[in-house]
Amino acid sequence: MSSKRKNGKGREIFALGAEAVVEGALLAGCSYYGGYPITPSSEIMEGMAARLPLTESGVFMQMEDEIASLGSVIGASLAGRKAMTATSGPGFSLMQELIGYACMAEVPLVLVNVMRGGPSTGLPTSPAQGDVQQARWGTHGDHSIIVLSASDVQECLHMTVRAFNFAERYRVPVILLLDEVTAHTREKIVIPTPGTLEVIERLQPSMPPEWYKPFEETVRGVPPMPPVGSGYRFHVTGLTHDDKGFPTGKPDEIVQAIERQFRKIDQFFFDIQITDDYHCDDVETLVVAYGSVARSAQLAVTQARQEGIRAGLLKLSTLFPFPRAALERHLRTCHTVIVPEMNMGQMSREVKRVNNGRAKVVTINRVDGSIITPSQIHDKLRKG
Amino acid sequence: MAEVTQLIHHYLRHDKKFPHVFCPGCGHGIVLGSLIRSVHALSIAKDDVALVAGIGCSGRMAVYVDFNTVHAVHGRALTIATGIKMARPGMHVIVVMGDGDALSIGGNHFIHAARRNIGLTVLVLNNFIYGMTGGQCSSTTPTESWTTTSPYGALEKPFDIVNMATAAGANFVARGTVFHVKTLDRLVQQALTRRGFNVVEILTPCHTQFGRKNAFKTPVDMYMWLKKNAVPLESYEKLSPETAAKRIPIGIFAERDELPLEDRHAEMRRKLAGGKA
Ligand SMILES: Cc1ncc(C[n+]2csc(CCOP(=O)(O)OP(=O)(O)O)c2C)c(N)n1
Ligand code: SF4
Repeated sequence: MSSKRKNGKGREIFALGAEAVVEGALLAGCSYYGGYPITPSSEIMEGMAARLPLTESGVFMQMEDEIASLGSVIGASLAGRKAMTATSGPGFSLMQELIGYACMAEVPLVLVNVMRGGPSTGLPTSPAQGDVQQARWGTHGDHSIIVLSASDVQECLHMTVRAFNFAERYRVPVILLLDEVTAHTREKIVIPTPGTLEVIERLQPSMPPEWYKPFEETVRGVPPMPPVGSGYRFHVTGLTHDDKGFPTGKPDEIVQAIERQFRKIDQFFFDIQITDDYHCDDVETLVVAYGSVARSAQLAVTQARQEGIRAGLLKLSTLFPFPRAALERHLRTCHTVIVPEMNMGQMSREVKRVNNGRAKVVTINRVDGSIITPSQIHDKLRKG
Repeated sequence: MAEVTQLIHHYLRHDKKFPHVFCPGCGHGIVLGSLIRSVHALSIAKDDVALVAGIGCSGRMAVYVDFNTVHAVHGRALTIATGIKMARPGMHVIVVMGDGDALSIGGNHFIHAARRNIGLTVLVLNNFIYGMTGGQCSSTTPTESWTTTSPYGALEKPFDIVNMATAAGANFVARGTVFHVKTLDRLVQQALTRRGFNVVEILTPCHTQFGRKNAFKTPVDMYMWLKKNAVPLESYEKLSPETAAKRIPIGIFAERDELPLEDRHAEMRRKLAGGKA
């Protein structure tokens, strides 16, 4: 990889989306990676294997399967590390139980899922966006979670940093959903100079250990989290627990725990929901897209505009919590919303839910392992 | 007695609401006692201990002791322990698992953790049964035993935990019982002081689920069975093949001193930092 400096702001490199994830993780302070190889995510793992041992305390572990990978990431995070894993469909399915554990025990971590066609082994090297609802609801039980995506290589870097920041700030697992096109596209990107990006560390307790309650109600809903071994001894469990972390069956304690876990995310919707508008000022036909499809959509919208169609794009970088307000804004003026996705309609469900019958919702769905092209979206824009 | 009370106050969590979940006569409490005595005898600071437990009756141990404790999901305690150990190699990371936890659902993690020789102290509480879920067959249930899922007698052969751990590459492998408490304390202490992957299989009766169905009328019957059948390795080797087949050897089965995984990592990082990769 050749690189050159760019006016002090960073280094320019020509990189894969997967490599940009690695750069982002390192900039965010990730020092533990546990994973198991699977196409099309393996380049992230290989990148971490090469880079982490070169850092002061970085640990890379190739585990025996995806369950072990996420388990080890949870352990490393409890011990104070910023930790991550990456996988694809089948591996993501295996991880679901521990994702629920990380939600319940409020363990910060980053999980990158480079989606491939499914179900099952599906289409290993073909692009798809079939894991959207699984990312939101894959684990059992009611839980809140943050799911992000990226549509180009530069964004892979920045969204990885944000994924770590959200994980640390809110004490939650954050899922970064990429598609094969984004992860395997090679583009010129700028790697920001270390120290120039905002990097968030988890809140540490300031009270003496005897007073510390690991799951206490706080103003932000997020209790401080000291590393295992730092003198704050506490209990971590996947069982519903009281504010000290001990299992509870008392209705008021159960409700308090679950509600706080939802509230700590709900309260900060404005911070978490990242979207971009393109040509949306007077939009009548809105495209809602994410991942590599958003790039096709952007070109289609630009072309449609040249033809006088009042088209616009709402690009979702945050998929969950679903950026309801960003969509609502446009629903005042839109008569049509087009949702192109490489699945049978997983995000259009959310759009329809928020739309609630106001605009016409048109879906473009593709599950044949091919990308959604600009002309496919352009055609729909013409028809309105 | 006064000494015991002091130990209890120092190591058990005063703010955790007792009573505990173990049945009267369960061996799990004896293991907990042994663990506490061993940590105490070795003067290991509570802050330096991370206890990771699986799911099952044995897993509940983590709630009661005042260490850094993690109650994992079923079968995955070793994976979380791996992350903690690699992140904080200086800590004593102790893993407590039931036989179902360690060898059935978590069997793959068990052999790989042993293969890696990662520095963990692993206590496998073998009661030959799934205690918490109501006495189903486990991968250590002896052939022909009765369980709720082997109502006509178990057909499958049980795992030998000691052989498995030894073959997979553990540094230290031992077997003890909750009847032979002095020996057990010694084995647990050794496992705590040695580096690398250290396994102690502990035979512990589950009277409620196993005994009831297998002609052990009272908890005492099960302890007497342990007394009779668990034989120190030295004496076991002198037994006739017919008698040996009916007995279970206890003691130390493997003692190696291979470099643990976390040390290999540190060595690699040192080399890389010095530019001599
Ligand atoms: C994924 C999953 N499968 C099944 C269970 C149900 N379950 C809870 S404890 C247990 C077995 C416990 O047996 P063992 O590990 O031997 O521990 P013991 O209770 O005998 O100490 C099972 C099957 C679970 N909690 N999670
Ligand atoms: S069910 Fe068996 S293992 Fe569980 S506490 Fe009771 S005796 Fe012990």
